[in-house]
Amino acid sequence: MINETAASLGAKIASGEVTAVEVARAHLDRIAEVDGKVHAFLHVDAEGALEAAGAIDARVAKGEKLAPLAGVPIAVKDVITTKGIPTTAGSKILQGWRPPYDATLTRRLREAGLVILGKTNMDEFAMGSSTEYSAYGPTYNPWDLSRIPGGSGGGSAAALAAHEAPLSIGTDTGGSIRQPGAVTGTVGAKPTYGGTSRYGLIAFSSSLDTPGPCARTVEDAALLHAVIGGHDPMDSTSIPQPVPDVVAAARLGLSGDLTGVRIGLVREFTGEGAEAGVMTAFRDAVEALTKLGAEIVEVSCPHFQYALPAYYLIAPSECSSNLARFDGVRYGLRVGDDGTRSLEEVMSLTREAGFGPEVKRRIIIGTYALSSGYYDAYYGQAQKVRTLITRDFTTAFEQVDVLVSPTTPFVAFPLGSRTADPYQMYLADLFTIPTNLYGGPAISVPCGLSEGLPVGLQVMAPTMADDRMYRVAGAVESVVGTLTPPSL
Amino acid sequence: MAAISRDEVAHLARLSRLAVTEQELDLFAGQLDVILQAVARVGEVVAEDIPPTSHSVPLVNVLREDEERPCLTREEALAGAPDAFENRFRVPRILEEEV
Repeated sequence: MINETAASLGAKIASGEVTAVEVARAHLDRIAEVDGKVHAFLHVDAEGALEAAGAIDARVAKGEKLAPLAGVPIAVKDVITTKGIPTTAGSKILQGWRPPYDATLTRRLREAGLVILGKTNMDEFAMGSSTEYSAYGPTYNPWDLSRIPGGSGGGSAAALAAHEAPLSIGTDTGGSIRQPGAVTGTVGAKPTYGGTSRYGLIAFSSSLDTPGPCARTVEDAALLHAVIGGHDPMDSTSIPQPVPDVVAAARLGLSGDLTGVRIGLVREFTGEGAEAGVMTAFRDAVEALTKLGAEIVEVSCPHFQYALPAYYLIAPSECSSNLARFDGVRYGLRVGDDGTRSLEEVMSLTREAGFGPEVKRRIIIGTYALSSGYYDAYYGQAQKVRTLITRDFTTAFEQVDVLVSPTTPFVAFPLGSRTADPYQMYLADLFTIPTNLYGGPAISVPCGLSEGLPVGLQVMAPTMADDRMYRVAGAVESVVGTLTPPSL
Repeated sequence: MAAISRDEVAHLARLSRLAVTEQELDLFAGQLDVILQAVARVGEVVAEDIPPTSHSVPLVNVLREDEERPCLTREEALAGAPDAFENRFRVPRILEEEV
């Protein structure tokens, strides 16, 4: 049962072939069996999952018509609030916090009948590319337990690769859905910014943060996207338009038809910067797409080379502001309040004890980039570069329907190999970041192996054309198939 | 030349309300210098006449009707507080002298 797709599980639950409780139990058993090795979960809510599954079974028994994913288990990244279920964002500063409300996304999952298994591990406040910056210890890549599962959503991706859950939720600020998807051989989609609600998502960089679906197949990702997407009045940056039919687009792509689709190869991303094995797997997949009817066009996006520097000014700037809310007053940790210290001293001691090194580094960089003498040269200039990157995208999309690149320059790297040099860690996001600055959708889909480890292909599409990326990703899957790691 | 000094990092940490240790200052000063030198590359782009982008969604002033709607109860709002007193968040002293 743990090897089935979400689409198949949903159909079998609806037809009564299996019960939602049996499906939930099978996945909870799998978690109990392998999560000691993988550490994808920070919290498993077995009781809540079985209760929700039982409620679905009762509705099936009554003959109710249910949503396609009703009864299907899901793991949720620990940065999204779940009422009454611990939510830490991977940080000590929120250890033990039980949110008093559900995120819009959580509410939509519950309303569609999905069964929440638990919360997944992540880099603290979603800042990182390896999940090694979690305050609760790293997650291990099911393909090779000595390697990283990507980040920040390493737990959500590893849970899929280890078959602990058929679906999961991630959030993508600079690649935190797509890069873990790539290095674990799973599918991860960043929707158009504003296409999924941020209400109840603990903020890192508000102009970039985008929740999205993670799955083992493109169709499953699209089905989940359809559940969580769409306008939310509780998020003022939510786009008041319906999400395109991503499920139909995925199925069209899976039928192997790319007739008339123009695919752009970004010149700046196909030269140096990526490992040879990654480039080989990528080029082979692109070659296969031409056989399905796609036309390949080389395009130039000259400002993409400045995306990484611009991002690492914009995101820390927004983070330094957003994380000011962790002041030890309303929720979370408080340290040093012995009756003699001032509020400011307690606040500083609390934040010092509660935040890990990467979060501190980014808060300090953001504070620097926003300070009066440096604002124009750093944050202001980065925002202008953001405009130029957006123009590169809009110009490219006048010539092609989608852009493709490798998702990440390298396969899963060994744990500990990049933590000493934070900038080396940042390079993992080289190819994923431009899309975040632009705001359009992008997906990572497995396109082969290099050195026995998964390689991801990224499809980037214009804003609110999320269906296009699912069509092309589906076509990649129709050629490459899905990837399964060696048994744990 | 270094983009940022150890003293500047200490000053920024204070502004950020982070009581960093001496060891962290030693570590961060070098790391932040590497990062800032790398991100300073944005300065290579000629962009004087380019408008800044703060946000990819062109929505401004999203308003709603001013209607009553459910919200957290006082108990729910205080449930996660490190310290609560008489239905309020209790904080350490903010003034030097007792008033």
